[in-house]
Amino acid sequence: MKRSTKFLIAGLSISLVLAFFLSPLASSLPDGLEKAIEKLVASGRVEEGTPPAVAPLPDYAFPGLKSKWLSTGLAGVIGTVAVFVAAFFIGKAVSRKRSSSTMGMKGD
Amino acid sequence: MHIPHGYLNTEVAVGGYVIAAGVCAAAVWKANRDLSEKQIPLLGVMAAFVFAAQMLNFPIPGGTSGHFLGALMLAVLLGPLTSCLVMTVVLTIQCFVFTDGGFDALGANILNMGVVAGIGCYYLFALLRRVLPGTKAGYSASAAIAAWFSIVTSAALCALELSLSGVFALRVALPLMVGVHSLIGLGEAAITVAVLTVLMEARPDLVPGWLPSGKAAVATE
Repeated sequence: MKRSTKFLIAGLSISLVLAFFLSPLASSLPDGLEKAIEKLVASGRVEEGTPPAVAPLPDYAFPGLKSKWLSTGLAGVIGTVAVFVAAFFIGKAVSRKRSSSTMGMKGD
Repeated sequence: MHIPHGYLNTEVAVGGYVIAAGVCAAAVWKANRDLSEKQIPLLGVMAAFVFAAQMLNFPIPGGTSGHFLGALMLAVLLGPLTSCLVMTVVLTIQCFVFTDGGFDALGANILNMGVVAGIGCYYLFALLRRVLPGTKAGYSASAAIAAWFSIVTSAALCALELSLSGVFALRVALPLMVGVHSLIGLGEAAITVAVLTVLMEARPDLVPGWLPSGKAAVATE
């Protein structure tokens, strides 16, 4: 197997494992910014705020699933794949160089 | 430290979008010239890793939590402008799919976490690389320090934007935000160094500036 293919598989596997198995274990305490808003804003409005667009997986939860584990894990996996695909195709779209013309670039 | 929806005033929100759009345009222009086809899967993998890792909030003292940001790690591995493009992809999907970070604050969030934490702190990393020894320890220390600053500077900027928007007063918010994030920054530094260390062993060719061509035997000792 090519080194670059190996790296791709390893990197994606690690990311998917983090997203599926570890994300449900993540701390649900407010983050630094939420804590600051909680402390300093008298009205105490700390809810995530609803963007005007309808988000398919609000708050990293797959709708309709009772198990928090599955709901968060599945949302994580979908997000990881979506981000991979988006970054890959944006990379493809913005780079118009052919690999033959990239001698000396950091590669294997 | 994704700023949620409904906190920024129009001026700050628009300002954030303008700066973010300008930097992303520059990043696209640069990628168009320099990005090789070989690097494209790397962009995808790094983006996926950053997204997954950002879900993993770890608790820190004081009833709060933090998570890995990855901006400095991306900048070291992909170069500053390309790293900002990748961070923009992550933040945009977090915003529109997961309601993490407000739609109105996306520009500011890209400014804080992509431009300042990634591009800005990359130059701190580059400066430290010149000052510190060219060993693995020197490389790791440069990355660790720059990673810590990436969290603290973007937190400070976040506090500034929210205080300009009238959410809270800067003189109370700044010490609070910087205080919490100087702890989160330690986690950022540790994870950044861990990832770079693994890559230096497994794929040193993916860690730019680490093994200059032909110097491998000397540099690894």
